[in-house]
Amino acid sequence: MSISSPARTDVAELAPAPVLLKSVTKSFTSKSTPGGRVDVLEDINLAIPPGEIVAILGPSGCGKSTLLRLVAGLERPTSGVVTVDGHEVTGIDARCSVVFQEPRLLPWRSISGNVKLGIRDRSGAQEIDQWLELVGLSGFGDYLPKQISGGMAQRTALARALIGHPGVLLLDEPFAALDALTRMQMQDLLVDVASRLGTTVLLVTHDVDEALYLADRVIVLGNRGEGISEVIDVGIARPRDRSNPALAPLRGELLRRFGIHT
Amino acid sequence: MSTQAPEQRVVIAGPSDQLPAPSTPRVRVSWLGAILLGMVVPVVLLGFWQWGATNGAFASSQLPTPSAVFGALLELIERGTFWSHVAISLQRVLVGFAIGASAGLVIGSIVGLSRNASRILSPTIQAFRAVPSLAWVPLLVLWMGIYEGPKVTLVAIGAFFPVFTTVASGFMHADRKLIEVGRAYGLSGVSLVTGVLLPTAAPTIFAGLRLGLAQSWLFVVAAELIASSKGLGFLLIDSQNTLRTDILLLAIICLAILGKTTDYILATIERRTLRWV
Repeated sequence: MSISSPARTDVAELAPAPVLLKSVTKSFTSKSTPGGRVDVLEDINLAIPPGEIVAILGPSGCGKSTLLRLVAGLERPTSGVVTVDGHEVTGIDARCSVVFQEPRLLPWRSISGNVKLGIRDRSGAQEIDQWLELVGLSGFGDYLPKQISGGMAQRTALARALIGHPGVLLLDEPFAALDALTRMQMQDLLVDVASRLGTTVLLVTHDVDEALYLADRVIVLGNRGEGISEVIDVGIARPRDRSNPALAPLRGELLRRFGIHT
Repeated sequence: MSTQAPEQRVVIAGPSDQLPAPSTPRVRVSWLGAILLGMVVPVVLLGFWQWGATNGAFASSQLPTPSAVFGALLELIERGTFWSHVAISLQRVLVGFAIGASAGLVIGSIVGLSRNASRILSPTIQAFRAVPSLAWVPLLVLWMGIYEGPKVTLVAIGAFFPVFTTVASGFMHADRKLIEVGRAYGLSGVSLVTGVLLPTAAPTIFAGLRLGLAQSWLFVVAAELIASSKGLGFLLIDSQNTLRTDILLLAIICLAILGKTTDYILATIERRTLRWV
């Protein structure tokens, strides 16, 4: 993935933001459970310094996506406080950008038009072209989403998220729906862009290898309502070698936590 | 079969451009060809019509020949009434459709976008919808007289319900995930409606508009059959009363052509607008 020089001018404009979760609890009302309430997140405390890449790992249904949505302002916590850059998150927040599991491109907009949404539809043709180049989509600006592959669509979603210079990039299993090779390419692209821009990244994933390859810190959530069960500092400089032997013990430890014996 | 196998293998091993053509080659048809294919059934029908009208099976008062119907067309044009019948029906459809579809778009959007508006309005609208539309005619005539008012209103009623229903459901079932993307990137209120909801619902809305247009033609004929002195519906009932079966068939053919043409125009707008689908 070649990274072109023009993007470097963006670095100065971007201020990575710290994220803080203070005794955050989230419950949903549910008709099918006794008591009518499901506690998804229970007393979560987490401080992410600016520029850190944090992976949130956990079994399905553990509330990891909910945690991300709380930071994005797409959901409100039942109790507790979420702050980004020292300000409480009370609604959808321009300091955060989200990439979902599906690209979720607006099908009636061209690829450029979709990236443009990331800068709130301000005009910025040059900027858009730079970002398309950065994610390897030069020349595809006029295509419609239906004309490009899933991997290309997810790259468009990444460009859309990053062009707005977010203080925090929120990724909700962004590569889970991609094939193995495309997924690795996207991971490399993310490492590259994130280290260049220095943005804070919160990545939700159920892929242990992905977490260890990308993150400075891996936060393991227990089962639903249990909260954070473990925090692992990876402590290896990026970009990492996928076969780095130092990752193996961490990998073993994480897999054991999910009941898989290596 | 088995004797052909080696030969086949040789062919398959060659470059793809040497592969034998598939046994059922897909027919590629130009637009001219498509038009010609579409003409086949009408021409055959016309043939049967001519044959049935001339072989003595029907009296000419029951089934006049195609050429007699064409003669009726020339006769009405010469009398100077043909175009005014067509024009007044077309005008009633266009005005009534414009009013009914606009109301359907506005009220359908409100009901589709707001749960509370839906709770307030939907039961009443559903109740009105349950009234067979022709049941309004006597009341409309009583209230609005016998001129353009009741006819255009009836057409508007006919156009309203399909547009209302599809627009409301189009908005209600808009893709939650895309709405969330719009919200996450700063769209809200009007910008969310025009930027995400409207395009998402557009295919459904167009389907509703085309249904509404078809309903408009249905209702203009009904209105003109019941009370009018002009228009294609009047032409139908008048020619029945005067046993002019040739004019009756002419009116039916005109309705077919007008209905198809107006739908084609709307379909073209739809295709141009929804290029991304």
